[in-house]
Amino acid sequence: MTEVRATIDAAVPGAVVDVHQGGGETTVEVNRGRLLDVARFAKGPPLSFVLLADLTCADFPEHPERFRLAYHLFSLESGARLRLRVWAGAEPEVDSVTGVWRTADWHEREVYDMFGVRFRNHPDLARILMPLDWEGHPLRRDYPLGGEEVEFTDAV
Amino acid sequence: MALIPPPGSPIERAPRTDADIDRDLREVQEQEFEKSLLLTTVDKALAWARSSSIWPATFGLACCAIEMMHTATPRYDIARFGAEVFRASPRQADLLIVSGRVAQKMAPVLRRIYDQMLEPKWVISMGACASTGGVFNNYALVQGVDKVVPVDVYVPGCPPRPEGLIEGILILQRKIGANGLPTAADLRREREAAAAK
Repeated sequence: MTEVRATIDAAVPGAVVDVHQGGGETTVEVNRGRLLDVARFAKGPPLSFVLLADLTCADFPEHPERFRLAYHLFSLESGARLRLRVWAGAEPEVDSVTGVWRTADWHEREVYDMFGVRFRNHPDLARILMPLDWEGHPLRRDYPLGGEEVEFTDAV
Repeated sequence: MALIPPPGSPIERAPRTDADIDRDLREVQEQEFEKSLLLTTVDKALAWARSSSIWPATFGLACCAIEMMHTATPRYDIARFGAEVFRASPRQADLLIVSGRVAQKMAPVLRRIYDQMLEPKWVISMGACASTGGVFNNYALVQGVDKVVPVDVYVPGCPPRPEGLIEGILILQRKIGANGLPTAADLRREREAAAAK
């Protein structure tokens, strides 16, 4: 744990905010401004997390920073897994990692579509799941549930 | 036909003449001829032909589509009802089976496929999702495909068994069939014509 922190700290000073470990998983919380540097470092040697397995987001309406991004990394060389965690802020905008992992393109579009997190320098930040003219971001906690009223639910 | 009086009959029949025999024979011929004829109206004949060969479009949306595929397998065999030819082009299909949930983004695609089908055309809404949105009462799904296309038969179930879909096709056949009931598309056209006036 201290090892991970020391490795990243040495390469990208001041980037690591916190390190969590539990259930065999390591999570490194990263400063929003240094995300791109950490990503570049994590992909190259010695860590060589060449595979971005997933990129997702969660909404915490009570939290001042509100949107929390998670980058799930996998190293084909060592078989190790690492999770980067970034708070995107209430006006969410972070750097795109498409320049580091090409696969982040669609993942970031999905996060943008569902949560409204903007990614700086993304090649084409358009909606990917919802229709292009859709209003709002459906997976935000304050987004109305939608659909239609279900009849007779008050009697159940 | 020439009648032979039963033995001991009190009625003495007049001896049969050649003219009588000729007439009886003619009657027999006419009856045989009528048996080999089918008299109907063109509408009924068309309806019968249409209802006996409802070709569905190859259009699967979700898990209901798996059941739809099974109705075409030998075990259920909708070939029995003339509906086994799933056409890959909507232009050759008569029936659109909406088999599964329709996402908001899928709705315009579905509508385009429906528009590409030639008249007369029919729609079966298969399963809870296609009919009402089912358990997915949320932003992503169309709450009932009848908001997008006119539906003729709703098949309930989640998903309906192949027997259920076959029952739906049979109901559609009766609907198309000789009694000349209007389809949902006909009713919609009538409504629109009435509204235009």
